[in-house]
Amino acid sequence: MSAPLLQVEDLSKRFGGFTALDAINLEVGAGARLGLIGPNGSGKSTLVNCLCGTLRNETGTVRFEGAVMDGLAAHERTRLGMARSFQLPRPFGSLTVAENLRIPLLYTVNIRRGHHVPRTEIEAREAELLGLVGLAGKARQRPRDLSQVEMRKLELARAMAAEPKLLIADEAMAGLSHAEVDDILALLRRLNEAGITIILIEHIMRAVMSFSDRLVVLVAGRKIADGMPDEVMRNPEVEKAYLGE
Amino acid sequence: MRSRAFFFAALATAAIVFEGLRFLENEYLFFAGYVVLQYVVLATAWNILGGYTGYVNFGTAAFFALGAYTSVALGKLTSLPIPAMMLAGGVISGVVGLGMGYLTLRLRGVFFAIATLALAVVVQTLITNWDFVGGSRGAYTVRPALVPLLGSYVQYLFLIMLALAVIALAIAHAIEGSRLGYGFATILDDEAAAEASGVPTLRLKLVATTLSGALMGMAGAPLPYYVTYLDPASGFNLAYAVNSIAMPLIGGMTSWVGPLIGALLLGSIQQVATVSNWFGGHPEVNLLIVGVLLILFVIAAPNGIVGLLGARVGRSWRR
Amino acid sequence: MLWDPQLLLNAIVSGLLLGGFYAVVTVGVSISFGMLDIVNIAHPAFIMLGSYLAYLLNSTFGLDPILSSLIMLPAFFLLGALVYQIYYVAFERRGQESLRGLAFFFGLLFISEVGLILTFGVDYRFVDARYIGPSLHLGFLDFPLRMLIPCAVSLALLGALQLYLSRTFLGRAIAAVSQDPLALRLMAANPTRVKRIAFALSIATASIAGALLIIIQPVEPSMARDYIGRVFAICVLGGMGSFAGTLIAAMLLGVVENITSTFYGPSWSPAVAFGFLLLTLAFRPAGILGR
Repeated sequence: MSAPLLQVEDLSKRFGGFTALDAINLEVGAGARLGLIGPNGSGKSTLVNCLCGTLRNETGTVRFEGAVMDGLAAHERTRLGMARSFQLPRPFGSLTVAENLRIPLLYTVNIRRGHHVPRTEIEAREAELLGLVGLAGKARQRPRDLSQVEMRKLELARAMAAEPKLLIADEAMAGLSHAEVDDILALLRRLNEAGITIILIEHIMRAVMSFSDRLVVLVAGRKIADGMPDEVMRNPEVEKAYLGE
Repeated sequence: MRSRAFFFAALATAAIVFEGLRFLENEYLFFAGYVVLQYVVLATAWNILGGYTGYVNFGTAAFFALGAYTSVALGKLTSLPIPAMMLAGGVISGVVGLGMGYLTLRLRGVFFAIATLALAVVVQTLITNWDFVGGSRGAYTVRPALVPLLGSYVQYLFLIMLALAVIALAIAHAIEGSRLGYGFATILDDEAAAEASGVPTLRLKLVATTLSGALMGMAGAPLPYYVTYLDPASGFNLAYAVNSIAMPLIGGMTSWVGPLIGALLLGSIQQVATVSNWFGGHPEVNLLIVGVLLILFVIAAPNGIVGLLGARVGRSWRR
Repeated sequence: MLWDPQLLLNAIVSGLLLGGFYAVVTVGVSISFGMLDIVNIAHPAFIMLGSYLAYLLNSTFGLDPILSSLIMLPAFFLLGALVYQIYYVAFERRGQESLRGLAFFFGLLFISEVGLILTFGVDYRFVDARYIGPSLHLGFLDFPLRMLIPCAVSLALLGALQLYLSRTFLGRAIAAVSQDPLALRLMAANPTRVKRIAFALSIATASIAGALLIIIQPVEPSMARDYIGRVFAICVLGGMGSFAGTLIAAMLLGVVENITSTFYGPSWSPAVAFGFLLLTLAFRPAGILGR
């Protein structure tokens, strides 16, 4: 395997006296399907925030495609190819659903290409993305008119609109029906087959188990397991962490 | 292009207004109209930062007065025409806006707002202690005798401010339909999500602050020629800060229409109140009314008059 | 730069006394902004209200200003509760506190200044009290009573508030409400009610601060604006919500301001506080970012 797409070395994050992440080490190869699981409060979203630049980690280094990410603002990391959806959806409330998808097209994709994306292509891409997540009829509505589930789909679509190399989906499937979960899984698999590396953070175990080719478990800010899904789930520490869940 | 069409429509409207006032042959209308137009510029400028990105500027007076005092200083050293002084005032205020933004825009919006208050006081103190522009005693400015083609100097000043108002409105309108406008909207809605989508939030905020400050400085540049005597107390008058917040808020902050409506409405009311000697001629009552309206609207009608009229003026042209 | 040492020491002393007073001016904002995250930039307006009421009671009935401020305490408390209720219903509940809340308090600040101008005019007002002329002398050091007594009262008030916040149930609830409203609810305390009491408390301190202000110096309506800078500079510099930090920052500001005023003239002193604030915000954001 060539050099990993994402390298995390000794990453720690503290909030005052509270250690949210403790010396996390992680490598993700290009084209991987990584599942990231752990109890609530274990630091999964904090890790995502540190990877993407929304938060600054105190120690440790994040390398993306070999380049050090420290000091780069979140928008620069997105332009380099990292995209994420937020665990609690954060849509742009004053814009329509379609316009929400326009933002990454205007500020990430066209920067990367070096020229403006033509209006027709923007509109086509918006329609395509909305169709992929099942929001086709809602293009002109406002986020506040969407259900929670629909907002999560919008979150995912917005991350996809940035045409990332690495897509981090943070609990994108919470609240979805069985069939909807399958739809999103199929979508993520298609994206992966097209070359996008995916980190899936989920509580829905069947989704994680069927999707991931590798599983990482975080508990209380520490990585306690990293390997093939079946092996990880048989790990006694992991069992202990999930007892009572 | 819609922006060009808008600009020419605004220009045509302005020309009609100007000729209409000349026809009425009442010099006072130009005198009062200048103040109302000045507020159109200030309100529009404030809204580019406050309404579009959500960052509140309490220090309008600082940027405005810097423009005015740049003219005072330049007037003593050179005999530049007013448009040139406006450019100078715009540059100085724009640079100050940039600098202040750079220092404080990384912080929460609340701290930016407080810092703008601080800026206003610091700049006022500096100018009050600068004797070259008159310090606390004030400075006198001599108007040139006559202006060719127009005759009346006040009409000339009115025309200049009218032109600046057209420019300010055209800029605000152009922003709204553009990529920059989208970027501003994301900053207003959710900065972290904006950054995650690739929007360079700090850079855009600096653009907004610089542009807003520059326009305010340009609005202040002709002031010494309008009042002929300028002292810090009047240059930094609280009325500028309050009106430049109240007018967009009452008119509606989501589009260029709001500050225009707010400025025309509130500006005219204040001019009429001053002239008609309502409330026994206490100029402060004007401001009291503006303040009360500000509070009422911010509590009960947060989207201003534009919002009350139910118009989706804010975003309709993007379709 | 030759500074007369006696003048310097006296400037430092009166700066420290002034700082004590600044601390009690700021403590209200330490509560509303530091603990409740409400940007009440109108706090100095409530202080001016306190000053003018003290003036009225003093000139009409000859009441001692500190005494009258204590009498007015319940009224200020109720006023604070009312203001919070409006703020809560109009903004906090809707999640729109940032811009509209700021505009709301700015409007209040502004209306109060204009209202005071219309009612009392722009002339300076002052109170008569026996301790406003004389000074204590310690060698060449002067301790003007009109500054010493407010400083003493300020320290007492700060101490009392600190005790209240750390010892009583309600006080600790106030300290907790900003950190964990859910836990507070589980302890059978309504967060909204607790916040309302805390805000009312912060406005009540304005009553006393106002009386102390008019003892220290004559007042006129536009002074509120100068105090905004001082208050937030001290709050930010002192670490929001910490009374000890507030006191230290207040005294530091008082001393620097006083030295500037003594050696470079009083017209520079408003800029000192604001300059402090700008510098702190610009170069020491570590404790402030992302709160």
